[in-house]
Amino acid sequence: MLKTALAERLWPRPPLWMSALGAAAIALLIVYPFVFTASFSHHLMILILLYALMAQSWNVVAGLSGQISLGQAIFFGIGAYSSSVLFAKYAITPWAGLLVGMLLSALAAIAIGVPTLRLRGHYFAIATLLIGSSVQIVFQRWDWVGAASGLYVPIERTAPFFYLQFHTSKVPYYYLALGAAAAGYLVVWKLRRSRLGFRLQALRDDPDAAASLGIAIARHKVLAFMISAAMMSVAGTFYAQYVLVLDPERLFSTEISIIVLLMSVLGGSGTLWGPAVGAAILVPLSEYSRIWFGGTGRTIDLIIYGILILLVCMWRPSGILSLLEERIRRRATMP
Amino acid sequence: MSGELILQAVISGLLMGLIYALVAVGLTLIFGLMEIVNFAHGEFLMLAMFTAFWFWTLAGLDPMLSLPFVVILLALAGILTQLGIIQRLLKAPMLAQICGTFGLGIALRAVAQFLWTPDFRTIANPLIAGRVQIGPIFIGQPQLITGGVCLLSFAALWWFVTRTETGLGLQATAQDRQAAAVMGIATERMFALGWAIGLGCVGIAGTMLSTFYYIFPEVGTNFALLAYVAVALGGFGNILGSLLAGVLIGIVESLGGLLLDPSYKTLIVFALYLAVVILRPHGLFGRF
Repeated sequence: MLKTALAERLWPRPPLWMSALGAAAIALLIVYPFVFTASFSHHLMILILLYALMAQSWNVVAGLSGQISLGQAIFFGIGAYSSSVLFAKYAITPWAGLLVGMLLSALAAIAIGVPTLRLRGHYFAIATLLIGSSVQIVFQRWDWVGAASGLYVPIERTAPFFYLQFHTSKVPYYYLALGAAAAGYLVVWKLRRSRLGFRLQALRDDPDAAASLGIAIARHKVLAFMISAAMMSVAGTFYAQYVLVLDPERLFSTEISIIVLLMSVLGGSGTLWGPAVGAAILVPLSEYSRIWFGGTGRTIDLIIYGILILLVCMWRPSGILSLLEERIRRRATMP
Repeated sequence: MSGELILQAVISGLLMGLIYALVAVGLTLIFGLMEIVNFAHGEFLMLAMFTAFWFWTLAGLDPMLSLPFVVILLALAGILTQLGIIQRLLKAPMLAQICGTFGLGIALRAVAQFLWTPDFRTIANPLIAGRVQIGPIFIGQPQLITGGVCLLSFAALWWFVTRTETGLGLQATAQDRQAAAVMGIATERMFALGWAIGLGCVGIAGTMLSTFYYIFPEVGTNFALLAYVAVALGGFGNILGSLLAGVLIGIVESLGGLLLDPSYKTLIVFALYLAVVILRPHGLFGRF
């Protein structure tokens, strides 16, 4: 059954120009740091890649299994804290911290998901919103991890790849972020075409029908939540290694949970590339508005974010990518 | 821990809870009518507080006197939101509805921050100030009057919804949109009315709150979170439920702050939410 599902084409093969464009984009991503050599260009692209990964993480739980999580920042923070605490207190390499963070995030996803994923619609969304704020409050009061003042990752100048710290150039960070994002998108691409992925999409579209076909809804949703949490955690660890400062106010902020959702919805939630498109639009918007408008830029980008997402929800709820898809489909069906 | 201290905490929690309830009733009314959770609710509360603040700063009008103007302005904002934004969102999937109202909230908060800076402001020397002593208990006069105004608003709302023809039309629309439309009730007008009343309540709550609370762009966030809890506890769409739930939350929060660490008081309320939605998904009192 899986084979027939895979063989069936739900929409026509993209035209040649699109495949060429895709190949060019991949090539550009690989040579990017040498074409655009300014430190700011590297910084911008690192953020876009990390946010693309984070938005994809939200997309796994919401776009694929249909549960709207407003608490993704929890796992971002867990990822950042896991690697940093292990390194700062026990001098353990962040690579191990990366794995510990993924594991802890997946466990947290079980702890949060098992009771709450049964809730439908708004109840789950509000539950994750409240749990997100609660986790932030706990980390702001938790002395062992620095409470409200947060943590600094100790500077380490030897063995940069082992300690995941690069002080002379941002290029290694760029390739790490590219690798993390690529791995995340590959996992999701595989996931969407796997038995689990099809089941998730089935229970998203019609939970009752899916249950009647014998799909264990609760278990599948928890599984999707765990995968999503682990992905978010990876972004958290890399982000912590990149900025080297952990501030619970920022890491666990509702703002992060909301922004990854906005990116996905802007690009097209439930699609593979929607989150990346959303990140590629919103991150530069935020970074450039900060440059152009100075200190007040932090609010101007949020004004534009808010209005943009409102307009998309009102006029194009399926996201910007769907415009493109429609064009391809129309062209393909033309005689 | 003396009994007086506990009684004091219960009373001040109850008074604060009445405000939570009035903020929540707007949410629950709107949800009951059209199954939309207004995630910009806290931002409208913030706007109401700032409106009262500017009336006082620019026109020298005390919040008690500007109250009717703020309510009218907020009600108008509600009608505009319904006609300009929500009407379209109604046809969109739930995800777009959540994101849409979230987007609106983000934009409103950012505009407030841009125009008025993130500073904390207060209204100095309001008409009502000071405190009264009843036996061993002290109650701030603004809080006491606010509690009274909230209760009056609830009574008026209850009378309107259950005793007037328009109010019954509102209830009918909430129960079954199609059937109500068949009976000749203008659904769209009811939606607009629901938003006007919902944000009007926020206008009352915001104005009263401005007499004794800090006014800043992020002020609505926490009130909105507590209002979501109140709505879930009271049952989505249940007016009296939101009153009881709001008061309950106020008391739990205040007692929790007294008996445990004050910084964890919101955590207790959030835990209450989780316990209720998991064990009693239709709220403590069900739907009306």
